[in-house]
Amino acid sequence: MLLQVRNVSRVFGKKAAVDAISFQVATAGFVGIIGRSGAGKSTFLRMMNRLTDATAGQILFEGRDVLALQGGAKREWQSQCAMIFQQFNLVPRLDVASNVLHGTLNRRSTLATLFNLWPRADILKALEILDRLGIAEQAPKRAEALSGGQQQRVAIARALMQDPKIILADEPIASLDPMNAQVVMDTLKRINVEDGRMVIANLHTLDTARRYCDRVIGMRDGRIVFDGTPDQLSTQVAREIYGADDTFNEAATSTAIPSDHRADDAYAESLMA
Amino acid sequence: MAQTAAGPLAAAPRALPGIQTAYLDQLRRKRMYGGILLVIFVAMMVSGFRLAEYRNAGGFLSGLPMLGAFPAEVLSEAWRNRANLPALFVQFLPSLVETLNIAAVSTLLGGLAAVLLALLSTRGLAPWPRLIPVFRRFMDAARAMPEIVIALVLIYILGGGPVPAVIAIALHTSGALGKLFSEVAENADLKPVEGLASVGAGWGQRMALGILPQVAPNWLSYALMRLEINVRASAILGFVGEGGIGHDLKLAMQWGQGRYDKVVAIFLLLFLTIVIIDRLSDTARARLVKGAGA
Repeated sequence: MLLQVRNVSRVFGKKAAVDAISFQVATAGFVGIIGRSGAGKSTFLRMMNRLTDATAGQILFEGRDVLALQGGAKREWQSQCAMIFQQFNLVPRLDVASNVLHGTLNRRSTLATLFNLWPRADILKALEILDRLGIAEQAPKRAEALSGGQQQRVAIARALMQDPKIILADEPIASLDPMNAQVVMDTLKRINVEDGRMVIANLHTLDTARRYCDRVIGMRDGRIVFDGTPDQLSTQVAREIYGADDTFNEAATSTAIPSDHRADDAYAESLMA
Repeated sequence: MAQTAAGPLAAAPRALPGIQTAYLDQLRRKRMYGGILLVIFVAMMVSGFRLAEYRNAGGFLSGLPMLGAFPAEVLSEAWRNRANLPALFVQFLPSLVETLNIAAVSTLLGGLAAVLLALLSTRGLAPWPRLIPVFRRFMDAARAMPEIVIALVLIYILGGGPVPAVIAIALHTSGALGKLFSEVAENADLKPVEGLASVGAGWGQRMALGILPQVAPNWLSYALMRLEINVRASAILGFVGEGGIGHDLKLAMQWGQGRYDKVVAIFLLLFLTIVIIDRLSDTARARLVKGAGA
């Protein structure tokens, strides 16, 4: 068993953001976690990466409880468990290649980092990864000069530079337009399939979850309310996950470029008159 | 997908080896510039030190062991007369209050002027962008003149007392705080200002509601930091005849014989004052940033 999550909880004040959740993943698949905001998706990913401490429970990765790690062992785990953020979390004023090289920080000394000394092999590897993601041209530019989609690919490149066993993506496409969102999701899927790295992604749209994931976990109020294949994710199940009633219509908020828009056409025409 | 943010420079996609050599070249160039700058810096520091050493009456290294002599004398004498300290605290309290009052009033006046000057000289916020250089130069001038010179001139005109000190310190404060305030305001998010402009708010309203809440924590901590500096400045001005604790300090240090306990008492009072201002600053800032409930 690759990943075992056992009764993991996180309590903020009196409220449990994540309430004793458990699940297992056997192989390095693409796992999607869906649920409305505040369902505890981000908190769970942050606990896996050890950005947030868990209140109780165990997360076993390859048989080791990563929640119990401290100090150097914890940082070593963090380097194996890359995190991709909704707002990219790059260093905006440093160039793209440096941001990618930050992926190696766990095995670099602070002094060498201060003088910006990176091994030549690492620099070449960073540029190769950027090339794989189609943005090698941007390497010398400042990260802040790039578009959102490009910045998210830099963040993915930083994650790949870590050579991680698992990639956590916290709403990786929530700040992107549909085109860039597709590029980023395709990239994550490619990394999952080609490199065999496990990907766990928090997603906020059902169509993305259906299209890319091998396994979908639905969370509501800190608990797991659905765990199954994308095919089992019917509208009824979605209503349950999001706590919505019959008026819930996922097409209304879908970010996919719709093929069917007849219903709106008549109204649009009337506005043109 | 289309290269959404690609500029004209990135028009033709190059092969990876080309990009790698170009980046490594750029990196080597950057490192070389950094190395050259470091060498120049070290050379200038060394030569500057030699010049300073040469111009000194005594030698720096030969004088170094004597550095502790005066403080040691002050402290040992104060320790012998330590029984006097509580009484001295009480004795100097009124002049400390005078010094504090000078500092507080000048920080308040200078700070208010600084708010106005800062908003008038910040790009993107100024109501008259063409006049920005005028306000900037005014602040430069206010900072350039040492407050002790202004105070001496004013004492000559107005006579001794706290008023010349307040004017001198407030003028310097307006220049110094104005620059810092303006730099904070420059980094403020303009979206709230745009939102307020969209409902038809005037310049004053936009600044008061859109900018002030954003910059208040930083402005406050700069202003309180300035208050600390001004306590010290106001004490120094006592040396040239503005009254306050500085005047007492001058008398105590001048006559030397057996009065070092007073010097220590005054320094302790000033130190405690700075500590209290620092604690107040922390508390006030925390309340501003996190809200009163925190």
